Amino acid sequence: MQSTSRNFSENARHGIADEKLQAALSRLSHGFPLKRLEAMARLPEFEALRDDAQGIKEHTLANLDTYLEAYETRVIESGGHVHWASDAADACDIILGICRDAGAKTVTKGKSMISEEIAINEYLEENGIQPIETDLGEYIIQLRHEPPSHIIAPAIHLSKGQVAETFKKEHQHLPPGRNLDEPRALLEEARGELRRKFIAADVGITGANMVIAETGTSIIVTNEGNGDLTQTLPKTHIVIASIEKVVPTLEDATTILRVLARSATGQDMSVYTTFSTGPKQAQDLDGPENYHVVLLDNGRSKMLGGEFHDMLRCIRCSACLNHCPVYKAIGGHAYGWVYSGPMGAVLIPGLLGLAETHDLPGASTFCGKCEEVCPMRIPLPRMLRSWREKSHQASLGSQKSRFGLAAWAFLARRPALYRLCMGLGVSLLALFGRRGRFSALPLAGGWTASRDLAAPEAGTFMAQWKQGKR
Amino acid sequence: MGSREIILGNIAKSLKESALVPSEPKEIEIRLSAHSINTVPQRGTGDLEKQTALFIAEAKRVEATTECIDDVDELGGVLLRYLAGHNLAGCVKIAPNALLKNVNWAKHSTLTVAQGIAEDSDQASLSVAVAGVAETGTLVLHSGPESPTTLNFLPDNHIVLLPQSRLVGAYEEAWEMLRVGGKTMPRTVNWITGPSRSADIEQTLLLGAHGPRRLHIVILNDKKSS
Repeated sequence: MQSTSRNFSENARHGIADEKLQAALSRLSHGFPLKRLEAMARLPEFEALRDDAQGIKEHTLANLDTYLEAYETRVIESGGHVHWASDAADACDIILGICRDAGAKTVTKGKSMISEEIAINEYLEENGIQPIETDLGEYIIQLRHEPPSHIIAPAIHLSKGQVAETFKKEHQHLPPGRNLDEPRALLEEARGELRRKFIAADVGITGANMVIAETGTSIIVTNEGNGDLTQTLPKTHIVIASIEKVVPTLEDATTILRVLARSATGQDMSVYTTFSTGPKQAQDLDGPENYHVVLLDNGRSKMLGGEFHDMLRCIRCSACLNHCPVYKAIGGHAYGWVYSGPMGAVLIPGLLGLAETHDLPGASTFCGKCEEVCPMRIPLPRMLRSWREKSHQASLGSQKSRFGLAAWAFLARRPALYRLCMGLGVSLLALFGRRGRFSALPLAGGWTASRDLAAPEAGTFMAQWKQGKR
Repeated sequence: MGSREIILGNIAKSLKESALVPSEPKEIEIRLSAHSINTVPQRGTGDLEKQTALFIAEAKRVEATTECIDDVDELGGVLLRYLAGHNLAGCVKIAPNALLKNVNWAKHSTLTVAQGIAEDSDQASLSVAVAGVAETGTLVLHSGPESPTTLNFLPDNHIVLLPQSRLVGAYEEAWEMLRVGGKTMPRTVNWITGPSRSADIEQTLLLGAHGPRRLHIVILNDKKSS
């Protein structure tokens, strides 16, 4: 998809002003994070599993070429095909080629962020093949021509009323007066619509949560069962996976699965965890006759071993989004691309370059919650800071913010002047009151329009320290 | 140069320029064949009685229903009661599984069973699990001549027979069961933890998204024979 990350500030302002989005985001705060805590409380080994999971990924990344080649060998042995794609265009051409060989008219799809990354839907449509998203959230946003706003709950930004409107507009063959007030009615309608499409599809495309070098297996994790209908019913199954998804063994994948759903939705295990190895075997009664894997690089091999290497451990659980005060204030669309939240703010500049995306690393309060909840212990704040430094060095960013930073740096290097200015600032703020928070301040409307500014309790820290208040 | 060589070349270059230390080829070979086990939650350990109780409790947490039988021939009655309880016709598509050959279906005149893959019109299916994992109340099924995958996903009601002798504590034990005799991986291995669901609309959890609306697990007490 085309990124709008360069409009981050404007996107964020839109998000903050959107009441429906704000209602949806407040639901998020009470959902996934609480369930995650409950799941962790039931599993005393959670921290040990995180350590294991991190170790597995670290080991695999340090031997990435070896494991990818081992994986490829096993896929071929099991009767599957492996295609390597350097970038999005490469991947799209490969997938279109497979679809054409299969004589495909329609293609069903399981939810896959990689497929959003390469914008395969648009490409297939341009070439006369109809892609159909089958995950409920993805189906809704495909009808609305919107990108996902959350990596595991793509339609989280919408209210049931908005979904009902979309269904009434798109499902014209159904009675216009039907009642779509409740989520159950919406789900039933989508289930009915998609059932026929699952059965008619010529090709099924899924992503992969992991691929396993030991066995040449790809894994998908879903709750709806859409991924399984997508990959079981059509004659051809295409898996699209990025190169960092490989792990050594079934046991290693199992360890990561133990932390994945718990970190994501707070489930102990997702409903359907499916391990696929090659096409239908001689004695099998059903399943696809052709099994293809597209291994996508798209910039990842260059991140390997570098400053943003740790990002390659990410298993796309969304815990960092679900706990991020910035994500929960602005929503996922503000980030302007497939990924969002802290993982998006680190990954997007890595994949698209800083020139387009330099505002994203600014989308952090550095509260550190993202790193704390990350099952892979990815140092997201550290990497956000690195991007900010790079962006400053490359003279990117607005004049205003660069001037502000330069002024602050000037002061910070002159402690006496710094203390004087801070003292003046605190005294000035005191003129407006000393209790609680400011909801409006002259000359600071940019800040207070969408958030309060904490009022200083007393003098500056240094002044209070001198007075012996410790 | 093709994409494969470019990507592998870029990886090798990045690794070489980094502080990462690759393992010896021998180490990788061992890692891939040794199947070493990482941390296993304690709740997945203990005797069969304890694991059975845990499996039932965990299955219930994820909205599956369970019942226990002592003889596989009770299955006909189980199916009839279950279907009647949900106002469904007495038709079930069953897996061509050896264990089900000992069931005398004919004694239930109101029950129609047919073997094979699931069709869109099938309301209910019966499969046999290769394992049950107590840790999370997860069923393990895999594709093969005795177990078509469509039975697990297309019908609204999925009924699964789980012989108690195949009930284990942790997922790793299920992998070991699968590897016995050096068998190759089946085309698909399905871990199933409860019936299908979605919370994509306003985070409201609803059962029956695209897969089965109900999952009923019948645990067969086969300890004496195993």
